[in-house]
Amino acid sequence: MAEIKCVELCKDYQQGDAVIKALDHVTIDIEQGSFLCLSGPSGSGKTTLLNMIGGLDELDSGQISIDGERVDLLGKGPLADLRLHHIGFVFQAYNLIPVLTAQENVEFVMQVQGVPAKERKKKALDILREVGLEGMEHRRPAELSGGQQQRVAVARAIVSQPKLVLADEPTANLDSVSATHLMELFCALNSTHGVTFLIATHDERVMRYAKRLIKMQDGKIIEDREQEPS
Amino acid sequence: MSSSHLPFGAMSRLAWRNLWRNHRRTAIMLLAIAVGVWAMIFMTALMRGMVDQMIEDGIDALPGQVQVHHPAFRDDPSIDHRIPQPDAGKARGLQSPEVSGWTSRLRVPAMISSERNNRGVTLLGVDPQGEIALGFDPHSIIEGRFLESVDDNGLVVGAKLLERLETRLGKRVVVMSQDPENNIADRGFRIVGVYKAKLSSLEEAFIYGGLTTIQALLEVPGEVSEIAVTGHDYRDIDAVYRLVSGVYGEGFETLPWMELETYLGMMLKMMDGFVLVWIIVIFLALSFGLANTLMMAVFERIREIGLMQALGMKPSAILYQILLESLMLLTLGLLAGNVLAVASILPVQDGIDVSAVAEGMEMMGASSVLYPALKLKDLLMANTVVIVLGILTSLLPAWRASQYRPVEAIAKI
Repeated sequence: MAEIKCVELCKDYQQGDAVIKALDHVTIDIEQGSFLCLSGPSGSGKTTLLNMIGGLDELDSGQISIDGERVDLLGKGPLADLRLHHIGFVFQAYNLIPVLTAQENVEFVMQVQGVPAKERKKKALDILREVGLEGMEHRRPAELSGGQQQRVAVARAIVSQPKLVLADEPTANLDSVSATHLMELFCALNSTHGVTFLIATHDERVMRYAKRLIKMQDGKIIEDREQEPS
Repeated sequence: MSSSHLPFGAMSRLAWRNLWRNHRRTAIMLLAIAVGVWAMIFMTALMRGMVDQMIEDGIDALPGQVQVHHPAFRDDPSIDHRIPQPDAGKARGLQSPEVSGWTSRLRVPAMISSERNNRGVTLLGVDPQGEIALGFDPHSIIEGRFLESVDDNGLVVGAKLLERLETRLGKRVVVMSQDPENNIADRGFRIVGVYKAKLSSLEEAFIYGGLTTIQALLEVPGEVSEIAVTGHDYRDIDAVYRLVSGVYGEGFETLPWMELETYLGMMLKMMDGFVLVWIIVIFLALSFGLANTLMMAVFERIREIGLMQALGMKPSAILYQILLESLMLLTLGLLAGNVLAVASILPVQDGIDVSAVAEGMEMMGASSVLYPALKLKDLLMANTVVIVLGILTSLLPAWRASQYRPVEAIAKI
């Protein structure tokens, strides 16, 4: 389970002489088991917010806590442990390690976690089957299409059932059938295992699955509403 | 919590595959390391062989690894500074497993004259069997024979001296020196043998006569100039030196070869340091290529490194991962370099003829045939230096890779 509290998050980026406000006093509470979509135009701060919650970047100011633990105060090692054991990531692109096969990519996080080989293999094959990649376990990323690569990345993110999945444009490279299948998989994990999903997307199809929708613009939250998933 | 490190097997597999992502670059780097290591080992073997040979030749020329003299002999090697020939007690004292041979010799400056020419030489009165036990090679006699006994009336001279004197085997020559009363002591000798030395300068310097014959010529019966003792390994002569010092105490000067020939002693001491410097110099040249290769490998994979960090690998695990790749590259290069070095040294173990530069070699005290000496300690030194300095060189790219902020690394194009 993951309950996330973000208080007054601020993050500026320097771009030439200009200062870009990526996050401008963002405050949100995300309950455990949420299925939340962040939407907004490019540069609105969606990805930055995901990165901050995932401990991939440092805040200028503000506080983030996950299940009461202050993420913004953790050092590199504890942050790595937090990501390893509690957070699954799906990035928009370049998600896989090119020299590993699909199965090895899925097993990667479990290997670092120290999961025994037999259990690791079974879980990896099961999840690859679930994302529709049965028979492609031994292919390397270069031998998979963009959509297939994204499904491997999703499989890797959810295989060890993290408390929280942070997904940045997870359907960007998927056709509509694959995107639907992926979202249904996310929904199933959310409803059966209570995994919290935080998804940054432009995709209207993805937003329809969200229980809560947050719109961002210029680093600020301009709309935050609950909705009935359709 | 786990250690946030991949198991070693998985880390090795990842490192191995990463190594071969860019076949050409890895192959070039491997070739560079292999050639560098080959140069380290092969050239060290040549230098070591040359120095070994110079020392062995020097000890042969002394001869012996430990010598006993009258305390004033080394300052003035004349007939005045003699010591008694070893009696039965002292001879028993020198019988020991550490001693492989010993002899006593009379050694005086002399003049040798043929019917056409004359030269200043060192006249050696020797026991032929003792000389052979000490290292004189009977096969170095290229004409005639070696002395047969201590009272042999013949004379054995070097080939170069024979040439200088413009005489030949079987001819008579006159040898002239001084007795202890400062009277001229001279007599005619027939040349019964001609020897060839590794260094032609030695052929001109030493002439050999029977010990008793020369003692009679100089009127010093039962007396000699030096006692030469040799052990099994010139590098380890402590036991022999202690033994000889025990037999010859007060009133004698007992010295090991490195003090008798300080130049050779210094050379031996210098050699290890020289080999280390040589290996490090070659490695420094290599290290730029190694660091560059790893830097490139890291820069090409910044996003991937960021991804691994995002997935929960700690910075230290990234550091180990890059170091492991470097270690694999170094190990492969070392393996190839060692094989190449051994394969190129073995066929020339019987010597490399460098007679084209024989004069230069002789000026250094080396002979015109080089025998490469492949030593385990040199192999270990080369391998250790490459591994240790290679890992140190790899630390910078590995450390840089481990210090990327995940978000920055992932955003890199």
